[in-house]
Order: sequence, then C-alpha cells, then structure tokens
Amino acid sequence: MKNGKTILLGIETSCDETAAAVTADGREVLSNIIASQVDVHAVFGGVVPEIAARHHLTAIGSIVSEALREARVSTDEIDAIAVTKGPGLVGAVLIGLATAKAMAYVTGRSLVGVHHIKGHICAALLQHPELEPPFLALVVSGGHTSLIDVRGLGGAEGDMSVLGKTRDDAAGEAYDKVARVLGLGYPGGPKVDKLAMEGNPDAIKFKRIMLEDGSLDFSFSGLKTAVINYVHTKKQAAENAAVKASENRSLDSESRPADKKNRLVDAQAPESFDAADVAASFQQAVIDVLAEKTRQSLILTGRKSLVLAGGVAANSALRKRMREMSEAEGVGLFIPSPIFCTDNAAMIACAGYYEYRAGKRDSLDLDAYATLPLS
Amino acid sequence: MVLNERELMEYGMRLGSELAPGVVIALTGELGAGKTTLAKGIAKGLGVTDEITSPTFTMINEYTSGRLPLSHFDVYRLGEGEAALVGMEELGYEEYFFGDGVTIVEWADLVEQLLPEDAIRISLSYGPDVETREVVVS
Repeated sequence: MKNGKTILLGIETSCDETAAAVTADGREVLSNIIASQVDVHAVFGGVVPEIAARHHLTAIGSIVSEALREARVSTDEIDAIAVTKGPGLVGAVLIGLATAKAMAYVTGRSLVGVHHIKGHICAALLQHPELEPPFLALVVSGGHTSLIDVRGLGGAEGDMSVLGKTRDDAAGEAYDKVARVLGLGYPGGPKVDKLAMEGNPDAIKFKRIMLEDGSLDFSFSGLKTAVINYVHTKKQAAENAAVKASENRSLDSESRPADKKNRLVDAQAPESFDAADVAASFQQAVIDVLAEKTRQSLILTGRKSLVLAGGVAANSALRKRMREMSEAEGVGLFIPSPIFCTDNAAMIACAGYYEYRAGKRDSLDLDAYATLPLS
Repeated sequence: MVLNERELMEYGMRLGSELAPGVVIALTGELGAGKTTLAKGIAKGLGVTDEITSPTFTMINEYTSGRLPLSHFDVYRLGEGEAALVGMEELGYEEYFFGDGVTIVEWADLVEQLLPEDAIRISLSYGPDVETREVVVS
C-alpha cells in the first residue's frame, strides 16, 4: 500500500517483449517499462545480439528494478505481484513467472497469475476510468484474434466467454506474411497499414471469409494464400511477357551479343501489380471481416461498450472502421494508446489487481501454459 | 504429386493415421504453399480434436487429444543460420524430436542440421495453377 492505494507490480514475458510495470489501484500507471523501449544498449551492456529480444533472462532483472525505481515504490509497498502465466512461449513465460515467484517468496507478497489476453483487454481500462464491465472485446494481435464477452474482471467462472476466435492464422500474422510477400519487411502490420493508405482498397476483390452462418470464428489463412497467389500470378505473367518481348527484339537484331543479358534484365524489371493496391485490398478484406463479426457479436450480446485491443488495434484503418461501426450501432468504443496495445506489463498489473481484489492468490507452484482457456 | 487443398488435407489424414511414435515430419515450402493445411490433415489423422492453428506466433503448439502427442513447430520467426539453431535449443527441440510423440516442423530447411536422419521430408510448392500444390516426399 502506498498513499492508501493498492500497489501491484506486473511482469510480462510471454513473447518478444520483456516488460515490468507498477500500477496503483489497478488503473493508475506509475511506471511501464518495456525492454525494446528503454535504452537497450544500457540493459545489455552495449551488446545487442540479433535474438536479444527473446533473451528475457538477461533483461528481466534490470527491467523490474527500473519499473520500481520509476514508480518510486519499494518492494515493501507492493501488495501483490501479477505475472503472465500464459498463453505464450512456455520458455519465455517461465522467466517472468520464476522472477515473480522469487520476488513473492522473498517479500512475502501475494502472487497472481494472469491470462495474457485478459491483460490486453484490461489495457483499455488504464486510460478510461469510466469503462466497466459488461463490455465486448475484440483482441487482435500477431498471435490472437478473439471476440470476448466480458461480464466481470474478478476471475470468477463465467466472467469471460470467448464468442469467436481464429481457426488458423491470427490477423496480425496474416499482415506479417503479406508484408513479407510484398517485400515490406517485419513487423508487417504498420508497413502494410502505411502502404495501404496510397492504394485503392477496392482494386482487387479478395474473398471475405465469414465461415458458416452464425459462427463468430475467423479464418485468415485463405486470404493470405489468395494474396500470395495474386502476387505470384502477376509476377509470372510479367516475366513471361518480358521474355516474349525480348525474344521479339532479338529476332529483329539477331547477332547482337548483348541480347542475352538484356533478356535477363528485362525479365526482372516489370512490376505488373500495384503493391499499394494489394496492401489496401488485403487490409480492407481483413477489416471487413473483423468489423462484421464484431457487429454481429454486439447485436448478439446487446453490449453497449466495445474494447479494441492487442497489437493490431494500433492499425489506423481498423481504428477508423471500428469507430464508424460503433457510432452506427450506438456503442461506445474504447481503444488503448499504441503503447498499451503492444505487449506490456501495466495491462498485466491492471488485470491482476481485479483478481487480487476479488481474493485470488496463486501458490508458488503456479505453472506456465502454452495454451490456456480464458475464463 | 499434384494436389488441391482438399486432396492435400486428405493426404495428411492418411499420413497421420499411419504414423508411429517418435516420427519427425519436416515441411518446407514458401508462404501459402500449404504447410499448415497439411499439418491440419496430419493432426486429424492422428485423431487430434483441437483446432490446429498456425504456430508462427508461439513457435510451438502442443496437442494431446490424439492417438499420439503432437507438437507443431514453426521456425519461421526464429531467424536464419545460427539464430534459428539457438532458438531451437531454447525451445528444447530434442525433447520433442527424440520423444514419443509426433513432431511436425514448418520451415524445416532453416534447421536442417538438427533434423533426425529418418525424418519424413515433405516439400510443398506451387502447382501448375493457383489452386494446386506440388508435393514431394522423401
């Protein structure tokens, strides 16, 4: 306790980011440290290996210290330690979990294991003091695409139910893979989003995969393949045309020695498709499906508040469409700032606070989970 | 052989129903070549009832609802060369490769050195038209 407020330390290491944060009474963020956000060189002592992002073990100590220092709280003032227990990469989750357990053991404070997706949902609470359950949440990230009906935050049975989730690729994953095919690099989400602004979203009619009637599940693998097939076919056609053109030319001037070289250069030169149009049309197809399934879920549940969370919630076109859709449906929309959309520990501390307040405590033999149902 | 999506799924199911404990299936092929579709078929053939989702993000998914435990690796995000090998070490790949379950590895070419000699290697590539894929098993 500090100044009459309940203080939680949050730790998150479920994937690429090493993060620690301190919150007061759940929603007030006293510090929020993410390994890729602080001076990485200082943390790693000047050496940043290519795979450093996953080296939580190296970073976790200094990240936790930094979170406590910035929040100006001592370990004595912490009421509980909230830590991501899954879903995620087990080896990565374990580092955060072991750190949290060690701290809980040494300080005698309570340990609260948090579901990563619940953390993403709670990110919306951090900046919206008026937001209270019940509400609907769409969590979209590199690893998740889920529609969740949130009735409570205390961790009781039936507090949350998953109305729909992806059956194959997550939306963010489809973005990353399309970016790779278009030669945009990683992470793909922001790059596709940016390129899409220059393209025509109606240029190519990619199929919107809605699955069977009444299902709120998602499927993005087919769309990804359709985009790849499109690019592939266009490239092939351009290459064939180029080869043909250079063959025609070589017939005109048979003995020129440079012909062979020209032909190779020609075959690589033409771009027969507009990458911006592909990006815009792909993005439109993703967003159409996300918005429509969310709209159906709102109608089904009758919820009047909608939370959009997860890394893809930073996507400008998705935010815009969700804003239009919620206005049309008369629903309040809550989106965390980009810093709370990516993996962070403030959201974990926030989620942990509500479970702690409801009396939940975990023992020191708490496990890490690769997959974990949301309840 | 050249297969469409449905045939690829059915091929996976046949393969999955015949697999013995400890088998490693190494899949290679570019994005959209059908690696996850084939993995879905193999899982179904093993009797896995869970939804098989892409392991790209978590790098490894595990399923225990089938006849044999199934682990599904995707080394796409581990990087190339040394980074991929170190990443596999960190994932504890040996426990899976030399365990009693069935292991499917997507983007297996990135970790060729680590694959057991008797791994079933399946390479997928685009077929003569966009609806089909060429499947080579060795």
